[in-house]
Amino acid sequence: MNNLLVFPLLIPLFTAAILIFFKNNITIQRGLNTLSLLATVCAAGIILYQVKTEGIQTLHMGGWLPPYGIVFVADMMSVLLLLTTSVVGTFCLFYSFGTVGEQRERNYYYPFFQFLLVGINGSFLTGDLFNLFVCFEVMLISSYALIVLGGTKRQLRETLKYILINILSSTLFVAAVAYLYGVVGTLNMADLSLRVAEAGQDGVLNVIAVLFMIVFSLKAGLFLFFWLPGSYSVPPAAVSALFGALLTKVGLYALIRTFTLIFYHDPAVTHSWIAWMAAATMILGVFGAIAYSDIYRIMNYNVIISVGFIAFGLAISADAAMDGVVFYLLHDMVAKALLFILGGFIVHLTGTSRLKEMGGMIKHHPAVGWMFFITALAIAGIPPLSGFAGKLLILQGGLQEKYYVLTGAALVSSFIVLYSLVRVFMSAFWGEEKKPRTNPPALISKSHLLSAASLFIIMMLMGFGSEWIYRFAAEAGNTLMNPADYIDAVLKE
Amino acid sequence: MELYMSIAIGVLFTVGVYLVLSKSLLRIILGTSLLTHGIHLLLLTMSRLKTGAAPLLGQKADSYVDPLPQALILTSIVISFGVTSFFFVLAYKAYQKLGTDDIEQLRGKEDE
Repeated sequence: MNNLLVFPLLIPLFTAAILIFFKNNITIQRGLNTLSLLATVCAAGIILYQVKTEGIQTLHMGGWLPPYGIVFVADMMSVLLLLTTSVVGTFCLFYSFGTVGEQRERNYYYPFFQFLLVGINGSFLTGDLFNLFVCFEVMLISSYALIVLGGTKRQLRETLKYILINILSSTLFVAAVAYLYGVVGTLNMADLSLRVAEAGQDGVLNVIAVLFMIVFSLKAGLFLFFWLPGSYSVPPAAVSALFGALLTKVGLYALIRTFTLIFYHDPAVTHSWIAWMAAATMILGVFGAIAYSDIYRIMNYNVIISVGFIAFGLAISADAAMDGVVFYLLHDMVAKALLFILGGFIVHLTGTSRLKEMGGMIKHHPAVGWMFFITALAIAGIPPLSGFAGKLLILQGGLQEKYYVLTGAALVSSFIVLYSLVRVFMSAFWGEEKKPRTNPPALISKSHLLSAASLFIIMMLMGFGSEWIYRFAAEAGNTLMNPADYIDAVLKE
Repeated sequence: MELYMSIAIGVLFTVGVYLVLSKSLLRIILGTSLLTHGIHLLLLTMSRLKTGAAPLLGQKADSYVDPLPQALILTSIVISFGVTSFFFVLAYKAYQKLGTDDIEQLRGKEDE
């Protein structure tokens, strides 16, 4: 029992509720939001310390012992994701000050931002399948509101599609929960794991596992990503940074949790499906990243490629690969947020999202340019930077388990990620300066540049301190590979 | 009993999917609400439709029906109610601004 576990959920929830009363006072909204995120970072940090020193932490809601009550579980994986989420969330928040526009800030932008974090943190912490569904819905409903807030034509159009896809996938989620409850009669994840092991994962349980795979793939953009490039390019840059960095990762976390904790008995069926879906995601994502010359589309397809890459690591399910998955997940959340923020700078400064109409920005904005370049290298996985260690571990696992074709595909996809991002760099920053905007944009303010720079420094530290972070990632991967630890921690009393 | 329920749920799913695949936005929303009806009945059915008293301890019966799925359904109903009302208002706004309810025409041009 550890009451601290509920704080990452409670702090944003409470803040969001208070912020609704201060609709028109933007100063209070910004201040409270900042405070709440810093408090969440602290809470996550303390939980991380506790998990590191004392092992997996649990909280039985209302004092009901599992499997009867709802339980919150923080193992190394969830607490690392929790910490990264709140850090990335903080910088996305700083970036959204002033960039999302006063109209949005007055119309409940910040409460929605906090509700989104409630959903994300809850999904990472919960140990109950139906509670996961509820947290998903909290997250998704806030994301609908954040996408459509502003109400331009493009936003309305893309939100219709986004909401429809998510209603369908939530429906399937409930169906999968219903089937699973019908077969094993419990919803607590640790208890589910035991009972699935007793019943033997064959026939009907495999079908349910595949149903869960479809649901979470829809959320994560694994193979079923057709909705993602459109929806993520309509909201303001701060929101798409938040979405690109966090939302798909929640789907991935759910995939990783279900297929390492509950349905891990028949990898020949489930994990090979994931492997092929991951390969298809990487290949199709690569086509998208090369094909478009719109900066939003290129960044969105990069999100898809990295989802494929992480899912490939999950499918290998070897020790090294699982460590790599955790490491790469952490790196990717930071790097994608940074990429979207820098992309937002470029669009803000040039006034267009099309590569053909940009050029020559390095002369006036060297800081943005070189940060973008190094972020591109990090996402591709160039050695001293943060993407390298995760990629190396996943590829090493792939070779050990003899997934030669898929490992090859993953390597090639890294090259093309580099190509697609460097293409953005070259056309935006090199060459002749194109015709200036008719209404010259306000320069990027110092504070926005500072929030990007801080994320950049965090990313660099993750690269140079990979040895240090690896210890945490290895512990997380170890817990994922040994579900018995998780089950013992939850059901020991 | 479960068999008949399953058939009914299957019909709801079929009609729901058919409506979601149609062109008009209103038919799509109707389709999603039929799908959620199907899901809620599915949750009820999957807990086995045994006969028993309503889950109220005052009934003093020998056996009760399973209370858990009922709580799950109640949660899911309010969530889908919230989402459906959001979807309806969104469709209304989209109709006002975009001037069409034909999903085929919502593809979007390169620039607008």
